[in-house]
Amino acid sequence: MSTFLGIDYPTWWFLLVGGVFSGYAILDGFDLGAGAWHLFFKKENSRRIALNAVGPVWDGNEVWLVIGGGALFAGFPVVYATMFSAMYIPFMLFLAFLIFRAVSIEFRSKEKMEWWRKTWDISYSVSSVMLALLLGVVLGNVLQGAAIGEDLEFQGSWLEFINPYALMVGFTTLALFMMHGAIYLLMKTEGKLYEKLIVLLRRGIIFFIVMFSITTLYTLIYIPHLSDDFKSNPALFVLPVLAFLSIANIPRLASKRKFRQAFIFSSLTVAFLLILVAIELYPVLILSTIDPAYDITIYNAASSEKSLGIMLIIAAIGGPLVAAYTIFVYKTFSGKVELDDHSY
Amino acid sequence: MDVEILSRIQFAFTVAFHYIYPPLSIGLGLIMVIMEGMYLRTGDKMYETMTRFWTKIFALTFGIGVATGIVMEFEFGTNWATYSRYVGDVFGSALAAEGIFAFALESGFLGILLFGWNRVSPKVHFISTLGVFFGSMFSAVWIVVANSWQQTPAGFHIVGEGTSARAEITDFWAMVFNPSSLDRLSHVWIGAFLAGAFLVMSVHAYYLLKGRHELISKKAFKIALGVAAVFSLAQLFTGHRSADGVAQNQPAKLAALEGHFDSLSVADMYVMGWVDKEKQEVSGIKIPKGLTFLLHQDFETPVRGLNSFPEDERPGAVNAIFQFYHIMVAIGMFLIALSLLGVYYWWRGTLFEKRWLLGLFVFAVILPQIANQVGWYAAEMGRQPWVVYGLLRTSDALSKVVTANQVVFSLIMFTIIYTLLLALFIYLLNKKIKHGPDDSDLIDQRSHQREMAELFESKKA
Repeated sequence: MSTFLGIDYPTWWFLLVGGVFSGYAILDGFDLGAGAWHLFFKKENSRRIALNAVGPVWDGNEVWLVIGGGALFAGFPVVYATMFSAMYIPFMLFLAFLIFRAVSIEFRSKEKMEWWRKTWDISYSVSSVMLALLLGVVLGNVLQGAAIGEDLEFQGSWLEFINPYALMVGFTTLALFMMHGAIYLLMKTEGKLYEKLIVLLRRGIIFFIVMFSITTLYTLIYIPHLSDDFKSNPALFVLPVLAFLSIANIPRLASKRKFRQAFIFSSLTVAFLLILVAIELYPVLILSTIDPAYDITIYNAASSEKSLGIMLIIAAIGGPLVAAYTIFVYKTFSGKVELDDHSY
Repeated sequence: MDVEILSRIQFAFTVAFHYIYPPLSIGLGLIMVIMEGMYLRTGDKMYETMTRFWTKIFALTFGIGVATGIVMEFEFGTNWATYSRYVGDVFGSALAAEGIFAFALESGFLGILLFGWNRVSPKVHFISTLGVFFGSMFSAVWIVVANSWQQTPAGFHIVGEGTSARAEITDFWAMVFNPSSLDRLSHVWIGAFLAGAFLVMSVHAYYLLKGRHELISKKAFKIALGVAAVFSLAQLFTGHRSADGVAQNQPAKLAALEGHFDSLSVADMYVMGWVDKEKQEVSGIKIPKGLTFLLHQDFETPVRGLNSFPEDERPGAVNAIFQFYHIMVAIGMFLIALSLLGVYYWWRGTLFEKRWLLGLFVFAVILPQIANQVGWYAAEMGRQPWVVYGLLRTSDALSKVVTANQVVFSLIMFTIIYTLLLALFIYLLNKKIKHGPDDSDLIDQRSHQREMAELFESKKA
């Protein structure tokens, strides 16, 4: 098997897909979090500022999902096919909310009528909440595993995606994004909205810590395969410790009103949690609840070495380009939101 | 109905709806680049105003295009799981390239294009407009490459057998430059340019007829007319190249396009007609031996007909394919005539006096849209019963675990959402057009003053 820097291609591609989805979670995570808070802002001007805080960047952020989906399709077609067809309904709902989130942002400002704006505000906020929840539900199902048969096809019922654990992970994801989104909005606002967000962030942090603790405890007790790597290899314990430290740092920095730093740590929290997930899963992508022999792994799901090699080159050329103009765009729109005649 | 037909309806419906928007984004992108380029070169504020106006309409089309675009990417996995496993190794790299080279570029710069007018210098803004335009052009590259690979597969080999068979890439560049890529890409690009140009002409012709925004509309109309004239002619060339390619690589599709049944005979070409599949006859206006001449530049060489293919390897809906193809060709010819007529009157200096012609241009906006749609219908239906030509049948490409009820649910969901979206799009587009460009501070007041002066003069006399 070909390797690069001593790591085989499927593993590289596992890291890459994981990296892109982490990027998506960090970037669109704050958009979705901001959207989830949207109805908590009562004044028209506050809602406009909140919307324009994500206005110039949400579309670029969503592209990370498109790239992630493409990378998964390209790198691990078997996972793409099995997972998407097994969870048909949640993915279709996800698409519907993705459409509503996008057009709500676009349409809201186009009319002045109160009912019009209110309708799109509700649509925007509900979509953001549902997207965060559904992302978590999909993740929860991946963590638990699914009824994968011998032919690597799903054999369960289409309703299995709704289960207590998946919902728990769903709400944890929502809480994480809401905390992350509130911190993002704090960097972009001032005045009364800023003061209000400080209160909201406090609630968001509590919501997250409660959900996170419940989910973690449940995972440790009932889903042992999600912690055995850490038990068997004490050196890896440094990672959960880092994740906890990073979480603990958020309320500390928030109370000092250092929101830029807090944002770095909420982003790191997203990343650390996903790294924990990745370590526990690797090299399995979807665990079979029927027989471990049917697990979908990065090896039986991967594209050919040739294809992975080509795409690694594409990623190596494209990655720095994407990073460069992402940074450029964020720099252009850095600082507090100022509404002008081009704003939403 | 079974899962296959439901999934086909859903994919066709979602992709057809989506395809209203990307051609507009690409076409408007080109025109915005020209307008803003003119602004940078001449410093004439009027060009800036029209760029800003079209940017707002662009934002609307782009927004819906993005929102409806992710749907297809997901549908590959949800509805066409077997297809995804089969083509992932090949198709995936094109899709990955599209995401990383195209979408990231256009979406990244979109923020600056829309909201950056007061934040960056005119030059940086122009670069952002270019970035968005090139991004949308690149996204067409990769998706057309992927689709062309399904039409004319190349650069791969088949691994495994039966249900576990899949295509693996052997030569990336052979895959990218498969026999139909370039012809189809240029055809798609130009179709998009025409969609954009005719939208711009429609809106400005409407203003001219209403006597609003006249100065700005004349300038904008000429830019779009220039684009339309050049590219409607060029489309004739790429169209011919595409048809030649179909004749070589997908003879069954070609036979369906012209309703040619005889196994091996000299083939006619129809201007319009109706195909009776049972009787294997086409009635209509034809150019005798026209198809043979077009393909071989003589009147003797026979062309393979539908009957020379096994029954289960022929496209089914021959009449529909025939009609779609002929509507596309007819519209293409009409657009050439309309654009050249416009250019003729422009040259004569009487373009803006021809109210009937401007009226035609107002309604012509729908034509490139129809041509783009039916062209794709012909291309995709003509490929049936294959999803990957000659390799994988559409009926084998489905998700095995998805049930008809699930697809009915999502199909109803998309129908409701897209109906709502289309209504909102038309409503908001209409509103933006009614509002018009913000050119009130640019309009030269002198002519108005002169009119007033003349009025006084005549009263005195």
